[in-house]
Amino acid sequence: MRIRSLPIAAAAVAALALAGCSGAGSGTPAPSSTPDGLKGTVIVLAAASLTEVYGGLAAKFEKLHPGVSIIESFGGSSALAAQIVQGAPADLLATADEATMKTVADAGLAAQTPIVYATNVLTLVVPPANPAKVTEVAELANPAVKVALCDTAVPCGSAAVALLAAEKLTVTPVTLETDVKAVLTKVEVGEVDAGLVYVTDAHSAGGKVKQIAIPDAANVVNRYPIALLSGSADKAAAKAFEDFILSTTGLAALKAAGFGTP
Amino acid sequence: MTASVLVADFSARQGSFQVTAAFGVVAGRPLALVGPNGAGKTTVLNVLAGHLAVGSGSILLGGRDIVDLAPEARRVGLVFQDFLLFPHLTVTDNVAYGIRMRGARRSAARAAALPWLERFELGALAGRYPHELSGGQAQRVALARALAAEPDALLLDEPMAALDVEIRDEVRAELAAHLRDFAGPTVVVTHSAADVAALAADVVVLERGAITQRGSWAQLRAAPATPYVRRLVERREE
Amino acid sequence: MRLSGPAVIIRVIAGLALALLVLPLLGILLSAPWPRLPALLVAPATLQALGLSLLTALISTALCLLLGTPLAVVLARSVSWPVVPRRLLRAAVTIPLVLPPVVGGLALLLLLGRNGILGKYLAPIGVTIPFTTGAVVIAQTFVAMPFLVFAVEGALRGADRRVELAAASLGASPLRVFRTVTVPLVAPGIAAGAVLCFARALGEFGATITFAGSYPGITRTLPIASYLASQSDLNQSIALALVLLVVSVAVLLGLRDRWLPGVRG
Repeated sequence: MRIRSLPIAAAAVAALALAGCSGAGSGTPAPSSTPDGLKGTVIVLAAASLTEVYGGLAAKFEKLHPGVSIIESFGGSSALAAQIVQGAPADLLATADEATMKTVADAGLAAQTPIVYATNVLTLVVPPANPAKVTEVAELANPAVKVALCDTAVPCGSAAVALLAAEKLTVTPVTLETDVKAVLTKVEVGEVDAGLVYVTDAHSAGGKVKQIAIPDAANVVNRYPIALLSGSADKAAAKAFEDFILSTTGLAALKAAGFGTP
Repeated sequence: MTASVLVADFSARQGSFQVTAAFGVVAGRPLALVGPNGAGKTTVLNVLAGHLAVGSGSILLGGRDIVDLAPEARRVGLVFQDFLLFPHLTVTDNVAYGIRMRGARRSAARAAALPWLERFELGALAGRYPHELSGGQAQRVALARALAAEPDALLLDEPMAALDVEIRDEVRAELAAHLRDFAGPTVVVTHSAADVAALAADVVVLERGAITQRGSWAQLRAAPATPYVRRLVERREE
Repeated sequence: MRLSGPAVIIRVIAGLALALLVLPLLGILLSAPWPRLPALLVAPATLQALGLSLLTALISTALCLLLGTPLAVVLARSVSWPVVPRRLLRAAVTIPLVLPPVVGGLALLLLLGRNGILGKYLAPIGVTIPFTTGAVVIAQTFVAMPFLVFAVEGALRGADRRVELAAASLGASPLRVFRTVTVPLVAPGIAAGAVLCFARALGEFGATITFAGSYPGITRTLPIASYLASQSDLNQSIALALVLLVVSVAVLLGLRDRWLPGVRG
C-alpha cells in the first residue's frame, strides 16, 4: 500500500534540486559546450561514511566534465534505500553494506548488478588520553570500561555484534547510538572509554581519537556496493560518474580515506 | 484602635513627573483630591498606598509614620476606578481575601465576610464571579473587599468613572452612606463636581504636581483660585 | 455574504499552511501497518520506550514548571530593565528554540559530561550524568523550558498587574500575592505552557541522543526508538511514531477544559 501522492512530492523535490543546481551552475563558464559533449545532472545517494571521498570525487568529475552537475545526498544506508523504494528520484546508489542494496535490487529498482568496489572494517577507538587504558578489544567486556556501540538497527551495529560474537565477548555498552559518527563523538569528548567504529571514520577523526587496530581474522568486513538505478533520468552521465568512482583515481581516493579493496 | 488622622507631606517622582503635596485628612471628613488629567492625583494615591516610594517626606497615619512600610503593612484600603476584583475568586472570596491575609483560615474568613456581604446587599451574589456582575455590583464588592480588611484609611480612585451615567446618582448616594459609616480617614480622587459635593467635606486641588487650592466645596465655589477650579465649580453635571 | 479578494487569499494560504502541517501526519496514518499494529504496539520494546518517554517527559514538565515559572516572572518584569541585560535575558531563554537540539546536547555534554566544565568536579564524587535517565530529563528540560517560559510570560503580560497591587493593599505579602493572585491569574498560560512543554519533551530527540545516548529502558525514549527502527524496519518506526502522535494529540486536546473556573478563556 503505497501513498498515492508520493510521486508528486518526488517530482517537486526533483524540480527543486534541478532549480538549485542550475542556480549554482550558472557561475561556471559555459557548462553546455564541453569537449566530450557529456552533460546532465546526476543525483547520487551515498552512505554517510562516503561523504568525504564522494564529495572530493564529485568536484574532480565536474571539473573534467563541466556539462555535468553531481548532486550528492549522504545518509544512513537504510534510510537512503528506503527513500529509493518510496520513489525518490536518483541515478546512483552507494550503500555501506550489501543487505541494504539488496532491498533496492529486490524491489527491481537497480539497473545493474551492484558492483562491490570497497571494504571497510571496524576498529577500536579510545580518547587520546585513553583513560581506561584499553589495549585490545577483549577489554570491552570489563564492566568498568564504558563502551559506546551502534545499535543493531544500523550496519555498524550489526558489524559490532558479529565481531563481539566472533570474539566470544559479552559487552554491556552504556549506549547504542543511532549512527557511527555519534559513537565517534562520544569517544572524542571522552564520555566513553572506548567505541567500535569503521576504520574510515577513525581516519577522518584524525588525532581526536586513538585507533587500536583489530586483528583481521576476527574482524567483520563491510562490503560497499554501487549500482545504477532504473529510475535514472540521465543514464549516460550517471554511468560516467560510476566509472569514475571505479577508476584508479576513484580507488586511490578511497584507499587514502582508509577503505580496503574487496 | 482605628487611626483617625492621615497627614501626608511628601514629594515623589514618577518618571520625569514630580509631585509635591501636603495635606491632612480627619476621620469623618472625607477629602476629595481633584485636578485635571495628569495633575498627579493617581501618583498621590500610589504614594499613600505604598506602590510608589517618596523622594522625601512622611505619611502619618494614626500617629505612626507609614512612609517606609510595604503596601501590605500599611493598612490602607484601596478602591480602584475599575475595581480590579480578583477574576478567579467568587464575590465571597473577594470580600474574604483581606480577612484571610490578616491570618484567618479560609472557612473563618468566609464566615467573617458574611456580615459585609449583608451590609452591601451582596448575599444573593455570593457565589458569582466578577465577570458575572454589573458595574454597580462590582463597585459594592470592591468597597466591601476593602472595608472587610479593616483598613486604617480608605482611598478611592474615581469610584464613579466606570459606572453607567444613569445609575451614578443612586450609587453615589449609597457610597456616601457607606463612607459615613467608615471610621477612618478617607481620600476620594475624582474630577467630578458631583462626587465632590456628595462625598467629600474638604477639597484639595492638584494641578501639575502641586496643590493650588484647598478648602471646603463652598469655599472653592465662593473663590476659585485657578481657571481649572472655576470651571469645576461651574459645571454641576458631568 | 461574499468574501472580498484579500479574505479569499488569506483563507487559501491558511489552507495551504494547514495542509503542510496535517498532510504529513496523514501520510503516517495511511502507511501505518494496521494489521501488524497491535503486535507492534504491545511489543516489550515499544512499551518500554513509551513508559520511559512518559516518565521523563512528566518529570521534565514538573522541572520546567518549577524553574520556568519564576523565570517567566523575571522575564515579564524585565521590561523595566536597561535594554542590554533585557535583550540578553530574552536571548538566553530563546536559545534552546533556535539551537539545533543536537548542538544543545553537545553543549550539555561539554558542561555536565565527565570531562565537562562542571562534570569533572562531579565525577570524583561518583556522580556521572551522561547515559542516565537523569540525563534524558535534563536534555528534555533544556529544550522544553522556553515553551513554558514564553507561554507563562505571555499570560503574565496579559494579566492586569494592578490586581496584584489590590492584593497587596489588602495585606498580602509578595509571596502570597504570587501564590493567591499571580499564579491563578496566569493559570491558563501555565497550563498551556505545561502542555506544550510536555509535548516538546515527549518528542525530544537530538539533545537526548547526544547527551544521554540510547540504551533500552534507561535512555532510549520513543523518538529515539522510532528513529532507530526507521533504519531497519519502517513499519516498526511508523508504529512507534503513531504512539507518539496519539499521546501528543491526546495531551494537547485533553487539558483544554482544565482552566480554572471563572476565568474566561
